[in-house]
Amino acid sequence: MPVLTDAMKQKIKAYIPRYPSKQAVTLPALHIVQDELRCVPQGAIDEIAELLDLQPAEVHDTLSFYGFYRDEKHKLGKHRLWVCRSLPCMLRGGEQLLAHLCEKLHVKPGETTEDGKITLEFAECIGACEQAPCVLVNDEIKGNIGDNEAANLVAELRK
Amino acid sequence: MANFEPVLLKNVGVKESHTLKVYKDRGGYKGLDAALAKSPADVVQTTKESALRGRGGAGFPTGVKWTFLPKDYTGPIYLCINADESEPGTFNNRILMEEDPHQVLEGVMIACYATRATTAYFYIRYEYGHAFRRLQAAIDELYQARMLGKDACGKKGFNCDIYLHRGAAAYICGEETGLIESLEGKRAWPRIKPPFPAIEGAFRKPTVVNNPETLACLPHIFTKGVPWFKSIGIPADPSNPRDVGSYGPKLFCVSGHVNKPGCFEAPLGITCREAIDKYCGGVWKGRKAKAVVPGGMSMGFLTEAELDCKLDFNDPIKKGCLGLGTAALMVVDDATNMVDVLFNSCRFFSHESCGQCTPCREGTAWMTKILSRIRRGKGELSDLDQLAEVANNIGTMPGTTICGLADGAAWPVKNAMQKYRQDFVDFINSKKSLIRQDELVSAGSH
Repeated sequence: MPVLTDAMKQKIKAYIPRYPSKQAVTLPALHIVQDELRCVPQGAIDEIAELLDLQPAEVHDTLSFYGFYRDEKHKLGKHRLWVCRSLPCMLRGGEQLLAHLCEKLHVKPGETTEDGKITLEFAECIGACEQAPCVLVNDEIKGNIGDNEAANLVAELRK
Repeated sequence: MANFEPVLLKNVGVKESHTLKVYKDRGGYKGLDAALAKSPADVVQTTKESALRGRGGAGFPTGVKWTFLPKDYTGPIYLCINADESEPGTFNNRILMEEDPHQVLEGVMIACYATRATTAYFYIRYEYGHAFRRLQAAIDELYQARMLGKDACGKKGFNCDIYLHRGAAAYICGEETGLIESLEGKRAWPRIKPPFPAIEGAFRKPTVVNNPETLACLPHIFTKGVPWFKSIGIPADPSNPRDVGSYGPKLFCVSGHVNKPGCFEAPLGITCREAIDKYCGGVWKGRKAKAVVPGGMSMGFLTEAELDCKLDFNDPIKKGCLGLGTAALMVVDDATNMVDVLFNSCRFFSHESCGQCTPCREGTAWMTKILSRIRRGKGELSDLDQLAEVANNIGTMPGTTICGLADGAAWPVKNAMQKYRQDFVDFINSKKSLIRQDELVSAGSH
């Protein structure tokens, strides 16, 4: 059974003319797959490899370097919520915020809530230090997150 | 310096500042016009004369970097824009890309013209989703206006394509050869140099890697001129023939324990104390600074007594720091324990070490473990010598690693062991623990 839909394949192929080597499309392809499927299943690795004239092992070699990509057993929830723990955030309560969210969501960093809505992660500096403590919701930065803001954010993501 | 006027941030806060129309209405793309009226060689020469130095951390002269490309090369040349801004405390490029993407893109186009690069790969960290979308919209506008593509801007023979390329949350992609490997679709393992990217970079072709803020300086150099640029900042030290000066405006990011954290523009060479007191409302809660990181985590620490340090490319080094880095200041107040601060730094670098070189992979991990033990109240005084020994033996300076990540990991440790040793001794002797109750809840990994 193919894992990639035709739409996904088209999106991946559209990247090929941009680069002098097909291998350069590896990260864009992995992003396209994970955005849709919330993980990169083994089948997708095989199919990406075929599209890019690579061995599946070459795609996996790259994928496994970036802690960013999830396999089927660690599928992401609907939203990925990253809490920054680097120094500027730590100095303004980032670690307490992470602990608070763990308690509120009943998960540890890396885990997904039972309703499948939120995957909680710690992040290293997300580059919004003037708004510390800050979080990343998927790829959007949200800053100045106190306990109230955290509660509102969680309610929003659980909708 | 009294009449310093910001140029890099002048559009920030203006309505619709990210659109081509507003950018052009406010004088945008005039620098590109001026550059296109010259020959590429003259553009390189002007950039060299401006003594513009890279804003990404190393401070290498931009024009000189461009001259390393092979002469009369007939194959493709690439420009990579390093927007993998991940150094803790650094967010100046995010603001430029979100609020004024055309300013950066104008710089990209000038650089492409000067270096004869026909393709620019704009490598942007995944976390900057908003900046990514703003840049993509700006690039689309440029293609629509025929300012990109074949015979861009109506200039025959000026072919220029810009492609955004998203990273996947890895600090090491900010190292220029790690970035190139990642762009090529591989693990971001930095390459052994030489060959340097100018000779053999992306796709094994000559490549220039520049930082967005560096590129954003170019339009202003070509509209306002080299004398204007060199009227700002700190002139070259005549007693040091290798110093090319610290000229031009710079974005400073200030975070941590100050009243008004943020990003502001000032001449290179303002003091650390000015940055904190004049621009950021001073240290919060009426406290004093315990330590200030002058330029991103890997630069080390300045003590309160060293805060008159000038934020240029030389002075932080004279104070024992690694350099100016990204000019991202992180202010730590005197109610904070330096053990926590150093642990946080070591944990960051150990998480972000790419694992290719053993001294870095193991060294950063062991420094984190030792500091974790000290935090738990189980430290011994000999741990401090051990930390210093590890820090002194990892990195490109002792010559044990391929890239500078380990130097950056080691520097805060070296500085802390010299400048704050007594704090660590007192803490170890107290046998206290810094572990908070809630930490046990959040212990996890990914």
